[in-house]
Amino acid sequence: MNAPAKIQETKAEQSLNAQFDAILAQTTQNNANQRKQAWDAFKAKGIPHRRVEEWHYTDLRTKMNDAFALASKTAPKAEALTGATGLETYRIAIVNGRYVPELSSNQAVAGLTVTEADGFLAAQLGTDDAMAHLNQALVQGGVTIKIDANATIERPIEIVRYTDGTEVSSYAGTSVDIGSGAKALIIESFEGDANAAYQSNALTEVKVGNNANIHWLKLQVESEKAQHIETYSVELGAQTNFQHFIYNEGSSLSRAQLFLEFKGEGTHAGLRGTSLLKDSQHADITLFVNHAVPECESREYYRAVVDDKARAVFQGKIIVEPDAQKTDGQMMIKSLLLSDTAEINAKPELEIFADDVQCAHGSTTGDIDEELLFYLMARGIPEAQARKILILAFLSEAIEEFEEERSVKLLEAMIRKWLHADDVVSE
Amino acid sequence: MLEIKNLHAEVDGNKILRGIDLTVRPGEVHAIMGPNGSGKSTLSYVLAGKDDYEITEGSITYNGVDWSELGADERAAAGMFLAFQYPIEIPGVATMTFLKTALNAQRKARGEDEISTPDFMKLVREKSKALKVTPDMLKRPLNVGFSGGEKKRAEILQMSLLEPTLCVLDETDSGLDIDALRIVSEGVNQLRSPDRSMIVITHYQRLLDHIVPDVVHVLSKGKIVKTGGKELALELEKNGYADYVDEEAA
Repeated sequence: MNAPAKIQETKAEQSLNAQFDAILAQTTQNNANQRKQAWDAFKAKGIPHRRVEEWHYTDLRTKMNDAFALASKTAPKAEALTGATGLETYRIAIVNGRYVPELSSNQAVAGLTVTEADGFLAAQLGTDDAMAHLNQALVQGGVTIKIDANATIERPIEIVRYTDGTEVSSYAGTSVDIGSGAKALIIESFEGDANAAYQSNALTEVKVGNNANIHWLKLQVESEKAQHIETYSVELGAQTNFQHFIYNEGSSLSRAQLFLEFKGEGTHAGLRGTSLLKDSQHADITLFVNHAVPECESREYYRAVVDDKARAVFQGKIIVEPDAQKTDGQMMIKSLLLSDTAEINAKPELEIFADDVQCAHGSTTGDIDEELLFYLMARGIPEAQARKILILAFLSEAIEEFEEERSVKLLEAMIRKWLHADDVVSE
Repeated sequence: MLEIKNLHAEVDGNKILRGIDLTVRPGEVHAIMGPNGSGKSTLSYVLAGKDDYEITEGSITYNGVDWSELGADERAAAGMFLAFQYPIEIPGVATMTFLKTALNAQRKARGEDEISTPDFMKLVREKSKALKVTPDMLKRPLNVGFSGGEKKRAEILQMSLLEPTLCVLDETDSGLDIDALRIVSEGVNQLRSPDRSMIVITHYQRLLDHIVPDVVHVLSKGKIVKTGGKELALELEKNGYADYVDEEAA
């Protein structure tokens, strides 16, 4: 007689049990069902650990010692919420999972509608992921953002997710519905109190119509002690250009997981990003790109600069379904390791079920090229400065491919700041 | 004045230079010729201060300063310029940015003020014209997508901007067609001056038709085996290096 071995619940899981019971008790009947469903789906899996293939390199069960209490409804002083961009934006402020109109832009923009929402998201595509389910079980609020068909939004739309407090957690659900023919730059940033330990778990659903042109820049500049998870569910219509960029700089542990599906033909998705890591930071970018229809292109180009004992994880799976002929998918991961104890785990994968496709993947890892370094030094540039120039150059190549001028400038400035590279001449 | 005395150097434990003595005074142009593998490029790297090129015996002093104490960047600021045989491509670094950064780094090291952007732009425009370096080249990442000739012209442009006092040209003629050779040589000749020393390293005599040296040395197996006037280059062109290579092998 064998009793099934029951995995003992971790302290974090026990805390989550209590948090779920408490939030469920305050939830209306209609939403309670959604919470329960999500909770059951989460409980079936538990906090992901290294024996879960998709989470192999990010053993959250070990790294998440506790689940911090759900953050209460507070609004940080407006000045704390400076935003990472310094640009004139249309701001949507979400603090501790809840939309805060007082900190958000209030002037009307033609073609853009922002509505406070309860954070429950209808479709989660193929995102059968424990942490996405947990988001929906505990979600505190969110917004629905709608961009009308054929609207061109000149000003960047900035979604700031701020976690206010120490040893708290925030769960936001954001839905972005982009009409056909729309054009916009969306900048989402994740921030929190400096040096505060907290957990943020965001679920972001993006639906883009046909013939749209969307640039989406994510700035992950959480506190250096934060644990950050964002799950994207992205659906793209036909003949659309969708450019996505992840800038990872904050958090002791971060994971961006992006589930993307091509729903219409002739669409191009550029998925790019840079992770700048030091100390014992751990940043994970995991992609599932599903070419479900023919004649779509995807580019997955990521670069990491890893110092000290930090670790960058990249996993990318491109799936080409049987009908998705003429698919063009190219994935490339390049990493620069600045110390002997820095680590990169790169796992690009292709699953191809169609026969007429062009797909490739690769990864390179290395130290700063000594030949390049010597060339710069032979021209009088001191070694420390020369190294910074080469790191900046390595990252600039990826940034420029995002092809959105405001974002390129912003990112280069952020990288310079990270590198303490004021002595490096600007363009 | 550059003074090299009994210089021995090795790379990864391989002895390459085996006792070089060489003195180059201000205003002089010395050519160093020699067969492949004689140590010509090693000498240029040792002078520029490349890591892994280790001086095991002897000394290099420039204007009385012990050269071995200085890093590559400090040597550059003290007047050294190496025109690379194979200029390195650096994607992601715009040529203009690089030029300005290098110039200002040297000025800073010498305690001088940084050059202003307008002054810098003017200077680059002036210098690049003569070398047929186009504005388009200056906008591109450093040396990326440059042809062989463009790379060499860009090297000489750097040299004329940085105004070094000790120029080492490592096989500057390699990969150049006749027109490019003429442009590059003219650029170099314009930089000849009574207070500038030059070492022109080359395998072939043809470069020395354009850049006429004061002294020619023959390097073989890590040693200078013969020194003469410019006519020595013509003799080598006629007879080849066989006399010098076989000497020790026999």
